[in-house]
Amino acid sequence: MSFPDSTDRDPFAASSGMTRRQGWGVVALLAAAVLLWLFFAPWPAWLNAVLLSKKAFLSAVLNGLTLAGLYFLVASGFTLVFGLMRNVNLAHGSLYLLGAYIGYEVANWTGYWLLGVAAGFVVLAVVGLVMQVLVFRRLEGDDLRQTLVTIGISIVAADLMLAVWTGTTYQILVPDWLDGAVKTPFVTAYRSNGAAVFLTYPFYRLVVLAVAIVIGIGLWLMLNKTRIGMMIRAGVDDREMLSASGANVHVIFAIVFALGAGLAGLAGVVGGSALSVAPGEDVRYLLASLVVVIVGGMGSITGAAIGALIIGLAEQIGLVYFPTYGVVLTFIIMVVVLAIRPQGIMGRSQ
Amino acid sequence: MSNVAFSETGPARKNWVERLGIGHILLALFLLIYPLIASDFFLTTIGGYSMVLGMIALSLMLLAGYGGMVSLAQMTIAGIAAYVIAIFGENNSNVHGFGWPWWIAAPLGIFLAAVFSALFGWIAVRTEGIYTIMITLAIATAAFYFAQQNYTLFNGFPGYSGLRAPEAFGVYWREPVPFYYLCLSCAVIAYAAVLYGSRSTFGLTLQAIRDNPRRMRAIGYDVTAHKVFAWFLAGIIAGTAGVLLAWFNGRISPGTISVGPAINILIIAIIGGLRHPIGPFVGAVVVVLMQTFAIDIVGAERFNTLIGLFFLVIVFISPDGILGLWDRFKPAPDRDSWHSRPDGTGV
Repeated sequence: MSFPDSTDRDPFAASSGMTRRQGWGVVALLAAAVLLWLFFAPWPAWLNAVLLSKKAFLSAVLNGLTLAGLYFLVASGFTLVFGLMRNVNLAHGSLYLLGAYIGYEVANWTGYWLLGVAAGFVVLAVVGLVMQVLVFRRLEGDDLRQTLVTIGISIVAADLMLAVWTGTTYQILVPDWLDGAVKTPFVTAYRSNGAAVFLTYPFYRLVVLAVAIVIGIGLWLMLNKTRIGMMIRAGVDDREMLSASGANVHVIFAIVFALGAGLAGLAGVVGGSALSVAPGEDVRYLLASLVVVIVGGMGSITGAAIGALIIGLAEQIGLVYFPTYGVVLTFIIMVVVLAIRPQGIMGRSQ
Repeated sequence: MSNVAFSETGPARKNWVERLGIGHILLALFLLIYPLIASDFFLTTIGGYSMVLGMIALSLMLLAGYGGMVSLAQMTIAGIAAYVIAIFGENNSNVHGFGWPWWIAAPLGIFLAAVFSALFGWIAVRTEGIYTIMITLAIATAAFYFAQQNYTLFNGFPGYSGLRAPEAFGVYWREPVPFYYLCLSCAVIAYAAVLYGSRSTFGLTLQAIRDNPRRMRAIGYDVTAHKVFAWFLAGIIAGTAGVLLAWFNGRISPGTISVGPAINILIIAIIGGLRHPIGPFVGAVVVVLMQTFAIDIVGAERFNTLIGLFFLVIVFISPDGILGLWDRFKPAPDRDSWHSRPDGTGV
């Protein structure tokens, strides 16, 4: 496992880096081989006995992956905003939920699901822009008050959303071309006549995963290959210096905040189609974003991806193998990461 | 800091009125005779409940004001004490309920709350500043979901009901007047302890660590140990309040420790002000009064919008809460007696 910025962070490791990298490569290859075997080979009886059944295990892993995709969409906005502005946006869950409601309304009204997704992104991006301009710019440099303001906003927003959309649970309907289940190439069992039983999986969830991967790659490209991304990275490292070298920091802040909020809104529509939309989801996704960025490291997109992967998998596998203690598993992961690496897996020490 | 040094090394002999401050004496008199003028409703649902919430917020003020660690897990810590007395004491949910007497169950609850508080603190102090809010919020939310999903330990969604306050010394302590005085004495002890502790060696060290952890580490103080101990002390206060809360409600369920109430504690502390231990109690009274009477104005439904907007206004116009407003507009002469605290204790 070698990450793009692990080398430029520590230039002195480069000389001895090869052997270490090779070592990690071997570990990664071994892990990949074990995973491939777990996924494709028919399981011996003892493994079935330990892990319930191959079907349960594979479903848990796939659910974990798709959930990780959703978590990544929510948490990437959160981590971007934090990394650049040192602004913990505790209203991020509310942005998710608002995006989901708006997506529901628009999709229902126009009949086009994609329009709902677009509306979720655009409207929330505008909301984020307004929040940044009206609220956060006034409190710049005061971390605690900014955070307190976001708490206040989340309370008011949750209450107003409850007033408008009541406590009902909504389900955003997925269009036909995304609906249904697909057969995956994973054999879960053999019938008595020797025919293989393949695992089927909801197509839409795979789409969620694909969307998350595409957006993740897009974000990475934007941050690493474009001029605006360069400015954002510079701002994460040293805001004052960026400002002094002539970049308009406020415009960059506004762009990042709009992008982060828009991603939360988009995740709301995408997630609301896979799961459901109800009051209380805001807290759930706020918790998910918090844990993901604490584990993955603040301000790092790669970290958000790794964190989302770990937390999504842990949550779903925990759900299957230790029901009711699944939250504890998530919590333990967070504590272990904090104990070993307080700044998170990909975070930089301040 | 100079203010404290002055009050301790300055004029050696002060009479007791000066030492306590006229404000404290008037407040104490009012609180003592309050049961004579208040109805049962005002005594328990306003008075007692405000004290309980005020104590939980006080534990937050201790951490945030003196230690610079803003925690959102104080309600969770109070909830741990409440769950302990539900599990080890008596409940009528037919789960656990070992029937231990209150004088074992209550101290055990407070002690376990303090231990968990220290544990949360140990996790949170590994990072600094704004991270603490995030980590404690994650802890509080995780604890809420865990309590809600787990039936073997926490009895899941319904939680425990039928928790009874003790009957000791011939008094049933859930009766309005005894309960009020019970809450009052606990709150006064906690308040005095925090006020005294803030001027003790430990308190001053903690404030110095808040101001500059690096320098304190350099001159040989164990920064982590001091912070974790502050969490332990805060846990004792929050745990005591948790026991009172369980007796007040007669029940404990995940709803009590969910994210809403956890944030409510922060709101109380911020509205009141984090610079002086009286702040959390002021905030608690304001919030409880709003909670009770806002229903007549905006209806029970939209209460959260009202409190949220009020909170936003306070954060915007006065970072030090109502105490900050008071400082700005109060008459100058009685400044010193009320101000017997280090300056710049804000977060």
